[in-house]
Amino acid sequence: MNTSLSSPQAATFDEQVNDVFAPISDFITGIVFYAVPLGFIDEGVELPLIVVWLVIAGVFFTIYLKGFQFRAFGHAIQLIKGKYDDPNDAGEVTHFQALATAVSGTVGLGNIAGVAVAISLGGPGATFWMIIAGLVGMCTKGVECTLGVKYRRVYPDGRVSGGPMYYLSQGLKEKGKGTLGKVLAVLFCIFTLGGAVGGGNMFQANQAFAQAQSVTGGADGWLGFGAAGAVFGLVLAILVGAVIIGGIRSIARVTDKLVPFMAVFYVIACLSVLFANFTEIPNALWEILRTAFSPEAGFGGVVGVLIQGFRRAAFSNEAGLGSAAIAHSAVKTNEPATEGHVAVLEPFIDTVVICTMTALAIVITGTWADEASAPGVETTSAAFETVADWFPIVLAIAVILFAYSTMLAWSYYGLKASTYLFGESMFVDRTWKLIFCIFVVIGASSTLDAVIGFSDSMIFLMSLPNIIGLYILSRVVKRELFGYRERLAHGALLPVAERGITPSPTGGSTAATTGVDGTTPNPPPSVEDR
Amino acid sequence: MSASIIVGLDGSEASGRAADAAADAARRHDLRLVLACVVPWSPYSFSTAEENERRTIDKEREAKSARERVLDPAVARLSAAGDLTVEGVVRHGHPAETLVSLAREEDAAWIIVGRVGQSRVRTLLFGSTPSSLIQLSPIPVLVVP
Repeated sequence: MNTSLSSPQAATFDEQVNDVFAPISDFITGIVFYAVPLGFIDEGVELPLIVVWLVIAGVFFTIYLKGFQFRAFGHAIQLIKGKYDDPNDAGEVTHFQALATAVSGTVGLGNIAGVAVAISLGGPGATFWMIIAGLVGMCTKGVECTLGVKYRRVYPDGRVSGGPMYYLSQGLKEKGKGTLGKVLAVLFCIFTLGGAVGGGNMFQANQAFAQAQSVTGGADGWLGFGAAGAVFGLVLAILVGAVIIGGIRSIARVTDKLVPFMAVFYVIACLSVLFANFTEIPNALWEILRTAFSPEAGFGGVVGVLIQGFRRAAFSNEAGLGSAAIAHSAVKTNEPATEGHVAVLEPFIDTVVICTMTALAIVITGTWADEASAPGVETTSAAFETVADWFPIVLAIAVILFAYSTMLAWSYYGLKASTYLFGESMFVDRTWKLIFCIFVVIGASSTLDAVIGFSDSMIFLMSLPNIIGLYILSRVVKRELFGYRERLAHGALLPVAERGITPSPTGGSTAATTGVDGTTPNPPPSVEDR
Repeated sequence: MSASIIVGLDGSEASGRAADAAADAARRHDLRLVLACVVPWSPYSFSTAEENERRTIDKEREAKSARERVLDPAVARLSAAGDLTVEGVVRHGHPAETLVSLAREEDAAWIIVGRVGQSRVRTLLFGSTPSSLIQLSPIPVLVVP
């Protein structure tokens, strides 16, 4: 089942693509992941500054906003249930929909393959640090999305869109840093374009192909020929193009409906792996905790494990990168803080729940230590295989669907970035989408290392301008969030059901019938006639 | 004393007959007639980011189309005689639930709907508006064949 080695006759198209692409990827990776050697701790330990940058931001906002993500949790759930939605806004984008859209963009291969990479390279302890990074990332995400809604843009024709480019340019202008804001916004857009073709596209295509190839019999199966990656990529590119260029919404709609089910199914599948090995669970948990703090390599190893965990968590939940702010901004609300609350759930679902599930399945079955397969989706697949032969096939379907929905989401982020840079026009729109489709093919043809390097670098670069902006706007966010919490606490904001004249909430059939049943209904006039 | 009759309209022939029956009842009991067209919509459906961006426009477009295609002709037809107060309302939401909450707001005596909506397949799969109305409504429901 080893698919990472290409078959001998294949000095082929796939390899040619890879030969061109790998050096470019290596060059960029080298710059972005500039790491400080920590020789004084242990030989060979390095600390990539970009990871420090993300973690410090999360920790800073968690402290500055007094653990907002934990206090926000309960209210966030009420918000997505629609308890605070104005009935007159029925038909607009609800908190639930904004969150669901963002989650389907985030839950991707980072949750399946990325976790496997982290544990293969960092050991089981990486899981612990991944969860910590997820909890901290919840706060960053809340901050981004509050700003995303506050500074979003309403076009003359009624479209609503937002994102870091708008809060960087508008928000910083309000702070008297207009020029800096513009520069950061432009930088953010450039990096978003890179992130969209990297992590949002090539990484997804690459891993979707890897899994498809592996379930069809590996290098000897019918997806084992030399240009198989390119062919697979081409088919995927056509499917992506059909939706984003051809406007065939029905395909996107089908995946949108399938992805939530696949996510639930994926979690169930992980749980069944855990259940099949339930006697091992205490051991696995202990192993995760133990290796999180004291791996065999000593303190230097701890730093290495921590970095792996944090890096994959950030790649998976995208907190601090700014991408989610684009997805969340279309929500219908007058209070930016509401979306800030709802957004904290996103890293929770993505990292604390789904990534942890993957991690436990991998650690319990021990597939992470298996040298035979390349770290990535195959590691997870091998873990699933321990329960049932056909599980990897289901996983392959899940992987392809996750990859597909993530690609659609990132094509949109990239589109927003390119129209911000080059203006709104059909030409910009079509050019971007075409480039995006070409990269699907490149991604499916390259090796994982080249793709992961490039994807990571571009996606992490987005955090540079974004987080600078978050720091400058931190007081704005605090005012929004804390002001909202205060009004909430003093009863200035009530759930719809408790407001004066009670127009019954839309949705929720029980809510619609209570209140009337309790009072005596007026006798219908027909009674008198009879 | 109740003030109005709610009619659920979806542009089908049956819903047209429902409107006629409602007009008769409204004349006899001197009630206002509220014609309601509900655009099926769920706050918990899944959508793409691009759809979300355009949602406000799409909502307007759907409401406008419902008004022009379904409501306006019916309102014009029923108020032609000049002896009825007829108004049209467009809402987004779950059809039966929305009709029920509208009935509450308008202090309605009855909700009147046509029996067959526009799509039999949908009815088979998801149940019909009349049958969920019967489950939900706190006031009498009249289903017109």
